[in-house]
Amino acid sequence: MGSYVPQTEAQRQEMLAAVGLKSYRELYRDVPEEMYLDHPLQIPSGMSEMEVGRAVSAMAEKNTVFKAVLRGAGAYDHYIPSIVKYVPSKEEFMTAYTPYQAEINQGILQSIFEYQTMICELTGMDVSNASVYDGASAMAEAAAMCRDRKRQVTLISAAVHPDVINTVRTYCYGRGDEMRIVPVKNGKTDPDALKEMLTEDVSSFCLQQPNFFGQFEDAEKLCAMVHESGAMAVMSCNPIALAILKTPRECGADIAVGECQPLGMPLSFGGPYAGYMACISKYMRRLPGRIVGQTEDAEGRKAYVLTLQAREQHIRREKATSNICSNEALCALTASVYMASMGPSGMAEAARQSMSKAHYLAAELCGIPGVSLRYTGTYFHEFLTEMPKIPEVLSALEKKGILGGLPLDGGVLWCVTEKVPKEVLDETTACVKEVLGK
Amino acid sequence: MKLIFDKSVPGLSCSLLPPCDVESTELPEEMKRKDPPALPELSETDVSRHYSELSHHAYGVNCGFYPLGSCTMKYNPRIDEEMAALKGFTGVHPLAPADTVKGCREVLDTAGKYLCEITGMSDMTFQPAAGAHGEFTGVLLIKQYHDSRGDSKRKKIIVPDSAHGTNPATAAMCGFEVVNVSSDADGCVDLEALKAVLGEDTAGLMLTNPNTLGLFDENILEITRLVHEAGGLCYYDGANLNAVMGVVRPGDMGFDCIHLNLHKTFATPHGGGGPGAGAVGCKHFLKEFLPESALLGSMEKGDGMAASYASAVLPAQGEPFAEPEPSPDNAEGIPFQVRSFSGNFLVVVRALTYMMTLGKEGIPEAARSAVLNANYLMRKIKGTFEPAYDRICMHEFVLDLSEFKKETGISALDAAKTLIDYGMHPPTMYFPLIVHEALMLEPTETEGKEMLDWAAGVFRDVWQRAHENPDELHSSPHGTQIGRPDEVQAARNPVLRWQKA
Amino acid sequence: MNTPEELKYTKTHEWVKEEDGKVVIGITDYAQNALGDIVFVNPPQAGDSVSVGEAFCDVESVKAVSDVLSPVTGTVAEVNEELMDEPQKLNKDPYGSWLIKVEDVTGEEELLDAAAYQELCAKEE
Repeated sequence: MGSYVPQTEAQRQEMLAAVGLKSYRELYRDVPEEMYLDHPLQIPSGMSEMEVGRAVSAMAEKNTVFKAVLRGAGAYDHYIPSIVKYVPSKEEFMTAYTPYQAEINQGILQSIFEYQTMICELTGMDVSNASVYDGASAMAEAAAMCRDRKRQVTLISAAVHPDVINTVRTYCYGRGDEMRIVPVKNGKTDPDALKEMLTEDVSSFCLQQPNFFGQFEDAEKLCAMVHESGAMAVMSCNPIALAILKTPRECGADIAVGECQPLGMPLSFGGPYAGYMACISKYMRRLPGRIVGQTEDAEGRKAYVLTLQAREQHIRREKATSNICSNEALCALTASVYMASMGPSGMAEAARQSMSKAHYLAAELCGIPGVSLRYTGTYFHEFLTEMPKIPEVLSALEKKGILGGLPLDGGVLWCVTEKVPKEVLDETTACVKEVLGK
Repeated sequence: MKLIFDKSVPGLSCSLLPPCDVESTELPEEMKRKDPPALPELSETDVSRHYSELSHHAYGVNCGFYPLGSCTMKYNPRIDEEMAALKGFTGVHPLAPADTVKGCREVLDTAGKYLCEITGMSDMTFQPAAGAHGEFTGVLLIKQYHDSRGDSKRKKIIVPDSAHGTNPATAAMCGFEVVNVSSDADGCVDLEALKAVLGEDTAGLMLTNPNTLGLFDENILEITRLVHEAGGLCYYDGANLNAVMGVVRPGDMGFDCIHLNLHKTFATPHGGGGPGAGAVGCKHFLKEFLPESALLGSMEKGDGMAASYASAVLPAQGEPFAEPEPSPDNAEGIPFQVRSFSGNFLVVVRALTYMMTLGKEGIPEAARSAVLNANYLMRKIKGTFEPAYDRICMHEFVLDLSEFKKETGISALDAAKTLIDYGMHPPTMYFPLIVHEALMLEPTETEGKEMLDWAAGVFRDVWQRAHENPDELHSSPHGTQIGRPDEVQAARNPVLRWQKA
Repeated sequence: MNTPEELKYTKTHEWVKEEDGKVVIGITDYAQNALGDIVFVNPPQAGDSVSVGEAFCDVESVKAVSDVLSPVTGTVAEVNEELMDEPQKLNKDPYGSWLIKVEDVTGEEELLDAAAYQELCAKEE
């Protein structure tokens, strides 16, 4: 049996005696007999560290680790610098609790302050919080921020990631608020439909940039339409794209949210990830979650501290607009170290290369008869192709150690990042050609 | 300490990516951002040293004693980290084909099985990312249950006045009205007060047992029976499971659904505030309401072909768009979800590794040792600071400093800050709300007798100094990088980011 | 606790007076003391309607956010803009820092005089 209890049996007996008891059962004297477990749990016996290592590793070995990943759809395989893996593994960061005691946690608080600044720089916004659970819940929390007594309907584009839409739908269901989906035309939000749907009861419109199909939305035009109707605009942006792309601020959004996973977090079968939330200063006090602010101590020394906490659940209780009381601190730290080590030029490079390689693969694939782009708009690093024999194609690629695009809506949603070398792209094209017999 | 931005030198960078090996495609000019983001420009040396410096001003449980009540700061084993870093786990895409991720499925199924056995539940989800997120998910189960039966009058959730603030906030997030029920003189739920608020409008009860005072409510079976009789469901806040895992099961206490904090009870690291995982378990009749990823769900239904929301919910392109009727329940039949994909998978890997290490013997041993440690520490401090409830406690206990404050003028905050000068992380302050000037201590099982003796000695010393020399305690801590920060200024004139000059 | 004789009070710690046909509302010394240092005031807008017993504004300190309840039903005529920039005035001078002035008052709750209010506060201590 493995144990992390640093006590000998003799010490435990001493301690029991000091408490005035003779047995462990007496410690649980308040537990009624009928529920006190008198038999062992029906799980295996504990193991030594070596055995556990072997057993869990065996599970990992049952997974396929592809040499190249050409699938995105919300989780992106970017290059992760070595230092980005190392810094968050420092035990002082990893095993700390939330930095409520500012005097001994200036290191953590400062790292969060730096993260908040970096997100503001990336999005063009004035204020960012310390992160939330993921991009999907960030969108849901942002939609909740926009509601007031007169406007309670949330509009969301059908071109947003399905998991994000479903999460917003869930949060709306919780509160009894309405969510309405704005249809898509040619792979982008239908602006005419949006115009019609921007009624007086609408609090916000949520869009994704680039959207789930990889297409760039006409964000400025859509945000302007939203503001004209008196509602707020929530924009979810890919953070790598933001290194070169017009920011949500420049597009006129009120709140910027998104998924931080591409910023140094491995795919990890879906988590842990982190969501970012940033907004214009007008809505600062509506931001949920933790926020770090700068202040001073009695000696005038610069100090960082968790602030605006009166909004949080532990004080507001049932009047809080959200129950969130944690951030994904270590993931936000990972994102900070990624942004710091890549720097503005490195991130721009990752963005440009992802976009270039995606366009290269698209051109090569569409050179094969039977394969074409479904949507004709400008795209970043994801694109949807029409293609026959999809299961066969993906299966053949799998055998070569390549995870092909996501089979979606009768087509294939491909994604290419800076991590995929040209040889693999060419290998992919050759493989598709072969399967399609062309 | 300088901010990372102040260390930036324009033109510096790390050499991380090779040049592009395909022809470049640029964004159209009108889509480009006007100025690049002012992220720091540094060499790897600078980055490394900056974060090393920051790490010297952080305090983790693997660094020292951390008796934060209600947080279960137990040692975070290194083997858990090693397993979570395996490429076979980190390199797996959440949307990879099912037959290529059998190992991930095994992790989730095994962890789910173990946790169901430990908690007396029949089904488990790992989608929620944190305790509060798990609470939201759990209360949503209750809401969906009543909605599915057309029972729309059940609008109230009962919460004890000793509950953590997330409980009422969660209930409000789910559209319920919160009804507080008071504690009796023993710190447990007042049965008469409970009976008075139960009725046809009761959706459910949110409770943790042992409660936030660290006391096991021996009336628990009666409490859950009363709620069920009134037609409500019982939700268990699993934050305090460390006291009873392997010894008592929430399912046997009469609870219908629960959340667990894997980052508390199951030793996954707190990370400075996350990522955790708020696993949610339920009895079989609630299984259909558990959350699921819409995208993954569509892949399973469509023989591996995923469907966007556009195609799943809306009519085909070209057809007139008709607004689906908003409905109070889940008319579309699409399961709800609280975040993308399947949740914080790597956190589950850590928790599973931990559970496999401890096994059927180690789990109850951890619980019993946690309870013994708390009682021992409380006994050794008694005589100076006084416990709020002078009885056998569970894994944590609350000290009531209100008399002490009247005598010495030293508040719970002053006392807590003074502990920092001894090298101890302070306990939880001012919680639960029903005890004034509260300090809540939870040593956990991963502390030895020597550490507990030392900690008790520190408390006794602080108590002594408060009586002899209170003035110096008002301004503690003294040996730290900064003194007490001005929180009023921080909230009144928020400065929430660095700004380029 | 400071409790000026000439004002009226609510059970929820607001003070009330009539001036030029409008009802002026603020929070009492007891309230500001309980809240602690006030950091932010979230007011309604001129033209908004208020109702007896309902919150029209919230006041935020480091440790709490508190709803301020209206003792009358009517329309907000004026909002004290100064408090946006200097919320601490509510702590320093609670009776000199009004929150809103209400006109077209159609309903009013029963108010306490200074003595009755002082008694209420003493009980709550």
